[in-house]
Amino acid sequence: MKITVTVNGTDHARVVEPRLLLIHFLRDELGLTGSHWGCDTSNCGACVVWLDETPVKSCTVLAVMADGRRVNTVEGLAAGTALDPVQEAFAACHGLQCGFCTPGMMMTARWLLDRNPDPTEEDVREAISGQVCRCTGYENIVRSVLWAAKHERDDPDEPRLRAAPPQGGRAVHQGAGHLRR
Amino acid sequence: MQVPAQVEYERASSVDHALTLLARYAPGARILAGGHSLIPMMKLRLAQPEVLIDINRITGLRYIEQTAGQLRIGALARHADLLASQAAGDHFAILHDAERVIADPVVRNWGTIGGSLCQADPSEDLSAAFAALKGSMIIHGPDGSREVSARAFHTGPYETVVGPAEMLTEIRLPIRPNCGSAYVKVARRAGDWPIGAAGVAVRLEGDLIADVGIGLTAVGAAHFVAAEAEAFLHGRVAGEEAFAGAGEIAAEHCNPASDQRGPADYKRHLVRELTTRMLRVAVRRARGLDLETSAS
Repeated sequence: MKITVTVNGTDHARVVEPRLLLIHFLRDELGLTGSHWGCDTSNCGACVVWLDETPVKSCTVLAVMADGRRVNTVEGLAAGTALDPVQEAFAACHGLQCGFCTPGMMMTARWLLDRNPDPTEEDVREAISGQVCRCTGYENIVRSVLWAAKHERDDPDEPRLRAAPPQGGRAVHQGAGHLRR
Repeated sequence: MQVPAQVEYERASSVDHALTLLARYAPGARILAGGHSLIPMMKLRLAQPEVLIDINRITGLRYIEQTAGQLRIGALARHADLLASQAAGDHFAILHDAERVIADPVVRNWGTIGGSLCQADPSEDLSAAFAALKGSMIIHGPDGSREVSARAFHTGPYETVVGPAEMLTEIRLPIRPNCGSAYVKVARRAGDWPIGAAGVAVRLEGDLIADVGIGLTAVGAAHFVAAEAEAFLHGRVAGEEAFAGAGEIAAEHCNPASDQRGPADYKRHLVRELTTRMLRVAVRRARGLDLETSAS
């Protein structure tokens, strides 16, 4: 079946089997391997992407169901070279260790903050309650999301992680000095 | 790697179109709504439909509306829609109590009310909630539509009265005065299926219980209902003595199985305690108290 899915603003047309899962469409057909394929049972949330601006577990959605819809993945989170405050926060607060859950966590976090710019710790924990992290014990993830919320509220123009201009190409952190590399 | 077996795919543009497709492909067809129960079952080959009929584009089936004396929920309403519905929360606190503990927020974004009911998992929360509320289901088929009591909807685990060429389109709940309701679930961890859960909907006349519905989840109660406890409560003074008595009766008559979530004795204990507690909360809510407080 031929489908066209708008992923991170770009239309992608492919012929796929109806049984193809959205996560595999993104990773294997489009090469967008930022979204992770984890438990395969809609428990872990590593595969969370937005479908029409709503977080879903893409291991439990068929690619054909996304035909004609908009999908946003972690690859689309940064605006060009400027990281989203949520990405900046995960770096600043050590919100990841192995990083496997991180793409899903960040997509849910971005969605939470778009709807609720001033979440409580409980709000954050509830929002990510369907997503599993086996490294951090969640403390630093929750801290990251709250950090992003605070920075967005305090200063919408807060300096963010940006790819260093022409010469370096490495990310240079301007918001949390201890992470400068 | 878990992937569904090969399957054909059709997309319905309307209820009539879905019925046409069902008539063409039944009994090998399954309706695909959110897919959050069906797709995992297809991965495990517990379900192997030949054709999926995707109803997600029937936008007219996604609604929650209050009409004269009823709340009507379209089968394609998402769990998140129900949790966000002011009308649902105002009239049926039990629905918000239940939705807060169904799966997790991301699953609730895409999973549907109709899909949950038709999946008919014995551990599914809304079946007990709708049974407690004495709602009804509207089922469309080749010969028109019919209305079935929520208490007659399920015929067994994973089985409902919806025929292979039929589809559930709407859930109706009666809105009445002097009513209160509540739901609580005990699970091993956030987002898990319940070890046991209980929901209560009560209508008071003065101090007396004029009508009551008790729904039980995952404990082997026929049609998700604690019928004997309901009969015991009818006409009694809405107080601790009645609540405790009903809890005892509900525990006695349910039929839980020992499994990895706990032994049957423990589940009976939960039924006794949760039924009693939810009667207490539902009655307080019927009296206009504790409206903002979570049942759990």
